[in-house]
Amino acid sequence: MTAREIMEYDVIIVGAGPAGLSCAIRLKQLKPDLMVAVIEKGAQIGAHILSGAVIEPEPLDQLLPGWRENPPPVCIPVAKDELWLLTKKGKIRLPTPPQQKNHGNFIVSLGSMCAWMAQKAEALEVDIFPGYAAAEIRFNDDGAVGGVIIGDMGVDSAGKHKDNYMQGIEIHAAMTVLCEGCRGHLSKQLIRKFELDKDCDPQTYGIGMKELWRVQPGKSKPGLVQHTTGWPLDAKTYGGSFIYHLDKDRIAIGFVTGLDYQDPAFRPFEAFQQMKHHPMLHELLEGGEILSSGARAIVEGGYQSLPKTEMPGALLIGDAAGMLNVPKIKGTHQAMRCGMMAAEHINDTASAEGFDAKLRDSEIVRELYKVRNIRPAFYSGLWRGFVRSAIETVTLGKLPTTLSIHDDDSTLKKRDDYTAPDRKWVDRDLPPRDRLASVYFAATEHDEDQPVHLRILEPDICTTRCAEEYDNPCTRFCPANVYEMVADDRVKKDGGRRLQINASNCVHCKVCDIKDPYQIINWVTPEGGCGPNYQNM
Amino acid sequence: MKILVGIKRVVDYNVRVRVLADGSGVDTDGVKMSVNPFDEIALEEALRIRDAGNAEEVIVVSAGGDECQQQLRTGLAMGADRAIQIQTSEGLQPLSTARAFLKVIEREDPGLVLLGKQAIDDDNCQTGQMLAALWERPQATSASKLELNGNSATVVREVDAGLETIEIDLPAVVTVDLRLNEPRFVKLPDIMKAKRKPMDVVSLEELGVAIEGNLEIGHYAPPPQREQGIMVEDAAQLVEELKNRGLL
Amino acid sequence: MSKILIIAEHDGQSLNISTAKCVTCAQAIGGNIDIAVFGSGIETIAAEAASLESVARVIAVDAEHLSAPIAANWANEVLAIADGYSHLLGPSTTLGKDLMPRIAALAGVNQVSDIMAVNAPTSFKRPIYAGNAIIDVEVPAGATVVATVRIASWQAAATTGGGSVEVRSASSNAVKHTRYVGLKSGGGERPDLQSAQRVVSGGRGVGSEENFKVIYSLADKLGAGVGASRAAVDAGYVPNEMQVGQTGKIISPDLYMAFGISGAIQHVTGIKDAGTIVAINKDSESPIFEIADIGLVGDLFKIIPELEKLLD
Repeated sequence: MTAREIMEYDVIIVGAGPAGLSCAIRLKQLKPDLMVAVIEKGAQIGAHILSGAVIEPEPLDQLLPGWRENPPPVCIPVAKDELWLLTKKGKIRLPTPPQQKNHGNFIVSLGSMCAWMAQKAEALEVDIFPGYAAAEIRFNDDGAVGGVIIGDMGVDSAGKHKDNYMQGIEIHAAMTVLCEGCRGHLSKQLIRKFELDKDCDPQTYGIGMKELWRVQPGKSKPGLVQHTTGWPLDAKTYGGSFIYHLDKDRIAIGFVTGLDYQDPAFRPFEAFQQMKHHPMLHELLEGGEILSSGARAIVEGGYQSLPKTEMPGALLIGDAAGMLNVPKIKGTHQAMRCGMMAAEHINDTASAEGFDAKLRDSEIVRELYKVRNIRPAFYSGLWRGFVRSAIETVTLGKLPTTLSIHDDDSTLKKRDDYTAPDRKWVDRDLPPRDRLASVYFAATEHDEDQPVHLRILEPDICTTRCAEEYDNPCTRFCPANVYEMVADDRVKKDGGRRLQINASNCVHCKVCDIKDPYQIINWVTPEGGCGPNYQNM
Repeated sequence: MKILVGIKRVVDYNVRVRVLADGSGVDTDGVKMSVNPFDEIALEEALRIRDAGNAEEVIVVSAGGDECQQQLRTGLAMGADRAIQIQTSEGLQPLSTARAFLKVIEREDPGLVLLGKQAIDDDNCQTGQMLAALWERPQATSASKLELNGNSATVVREVDAGLETIEIDLPAVVTVDLRLNEPRFVKLPDIMKAKRKPMDVVSLEELGVAIEGNLEIGHYAPPPQREQGIMVEDAAQLVEELKNRGLL
Repeated sequence: MSKILIIAEHDGQSLNISTAKCVTCAQAIGGNIDIAVFGSGIETIAAEAASLESVARVIAVDAEHLSAPIAANWANEVLAIADGYSHLLGPSTTLGKDLMPRIAALAGVNQVSDIMAVNAPTSFKRPIYAGNAIIDVEVPAGATVVATVRIASWQAAATTGGGSVEVRSASSNAVKHTRYVGLKSGGGERPDLQSAQRVVSGGRGVGSEENFKVIYSLADKLGAGVGASRAAVDAGYVPNEMQVGQTGKIISPDLYMAFGISGAIQHVTGIKDAGTIVAINKDSESPIFEIADIGLVGDLFKIIPELEKLLD
């Protein structure tokens, strides 16, 4: 093995999302001669970004004054908010909670906004490298983080070098900023190594699925923001939907459900598709076509689950740490603010030290503190959740109690211990027919001749304990049909079945890494440039 | 010897191309743009020839607006020595592209011109052959193997009937097929180096090429959907049905 | 009225079916249809061409140096006889794709590639983006139409015609810069998946590598190429190069038979231009039946032996 080539930067930023790009832009605004690079595993900037998204514009005003004259490609002022409680056939309009009031906010495609921000960053001479995955952390001799190692390319499924094999290089940097988004695979390792979560609650997550539709002319009302709760979820399962009306007859429709659900037979993707068949939405979508679709895990733990965000040589920002405001259903403004704050801290101190304290004393964490009890309030069901969250909202989170957050992998009940409610789900007729068809609209692509990037640490568990206890929930919680249990003549034990991993379907949502009850699925980066190719998501 | 490689900026092959509702074109809003994959193979071949000591310089050429500089930079990052942008705001049809390339050939005097066998956007499959005709030089299309022997080259072509071998004198135009090679990945440091490599910009007017004889492109439509056919009950009915349709 | 010249494709022995398909396209354009045959010792081929329905005249240019289809040589001959023709058509095969643009450039026109339908004598439909969009293309007034004809879009013309044959000698000498060495036909007994007229494909429903034998067996009986769905490739039943679909090969055989393939959109993308799709699957709810021309619900292990017996 030859020594890896090395590139040196002052700051290396992992992930070209709103946090990373805000950090990069601010760094160069403060210190133009700083060498800053952003590394992004998506084939282009925005290809792996999936968000609603309604954003609060203040951080953009701070970062890019004058942006309103030259806004991102999809940017529609919110005109109206609606919150609906759905029953199977009916709907009840609820008052919009204050956190969800969106006057002055904008509906954007976060993916195209990131591509737009990347151009601003490049104009400031930030080096942006899409299509390259930061596969590993590079540690200095003293144990501090000293940069990242780019994944090798051109390795076949057996691990052998292909003709076009290219060894990944090392990027050395005085400061590494991790902004991989929710459940980043490097962030996960660093949280463990530096015990960043030893003083906080476990993290909790949701799965968000989204489709961008072109509907029949006249059905989209640009600027209308709708949220729903209730059907098709039972009262014990947290979640709801968003319907954002864009221009050009486009509608962004999405569904989020807490990954702390208990039903081992629950199928989040099916729940999303069912939701679309509620009369209110069916009418809206009928006759339209899907332009793009995808899924992504969402970080929901908030204040209680926020890990320490600094370690020697590195910072953890945005949803890689977990700054999403659940009741607002927004994280972009938090990510951007945090990115700017990280940049300012690096500029001031040239060190990671002291960042976490600064963050906890900032508006970013204060915002999380105010709403800290709302998500866990729903642990006892939808109705108690409504009541408790109303109280928390009215009191601005000033009540002295703080509810604790539970993890998601242990909430799943075993088959024998759970009786699923009758969900009364309906026959569907809107596309996509199934998860494979949905993946098609994600335009996800992986060179099939490469090592499987979903590593099963103890494969025997899948066909034995997991099959018995949970009936292999990975085959249901994955929104991309990556996991299948298939009969195979060659398997002589365990009922002749084996786990088939269709890794090339993966949309990099990270749900498997989170929800697997045995925690034996480890998501690692595939070859750079692989994964979904979201368009305006 | 210099090698000239033509590269075209196209919608990436992973993008699901969709016709706009009004039939005025395809939706390119926010889609990923890439180097035409066949052109990437052409460039890879050129680089291998140069690195084997059989050429001194590899020049990438693209015709288009300034956005195609991005693809030229990719070519430079892969290893091309310099780039030429034939600047034009209009999308060129193959005849104009060939005429413009011919002017560049007259300036650069290459020993070999390598192009992709077709671009994956308009699927015309014309430019290389047209260029060879205008240049009055040999052509070898759909090459799956290319061997240089001094002033000539032996080319294996992928044709419908199998593999055809021809010998051509240089200079010549060779268009390449998928199986010729596997293009390299771009190394990060080479992206930085590419920023400093020379890129000449020359307009169509400066080359003295006027756009003439364009085909008029009218309405765009999505492809017709396949419809559900008939169901048969057993193998015998199936065979009969296939015979009726002249398929057996 | 249009005056159409079709450049014939042949292998030195007989006419390639693509020529008869070009004739059908020419019929759709309407007008006088002639065919040019280049080669040496081509009397029977010329006669074959003359028998195609509505062909008026076959011009057979017989010369030793034309026996190999070197584009530069053939283009010179086409141009020598092209005068007075409004349309020059060739098949969109590797031969036509090699030859016709060279002619177009020398005639100073852009070529219309892959005609799939004729709107009017100078207006055509053709696919772009690998068939994901179909555009209308209009040739400017007064310009010669040089075009290739998309073979999968046209039926072969009948052989009930009776045109004349006119034999000529070559007008140019062989170009010196290009030399034909030889042709190695596509090896193996089973046709190449990409160019096969018939393809038999298996999916996960086939069940194992061992079971795939029945697919090969039927394919050999039909003289068909063999393909597979990604599920079958992922399950290790067959190697990756047999994969048909979005991330595999995009094919357009006249007959495609899918056994135990569910018909995910990723697979269907690879066969959307096939002539006739036959689907055999146990599950009557499989999406493949929504796009199949002929569907049969049943056990492939029972049906394949029955088919083989019927084909004997």
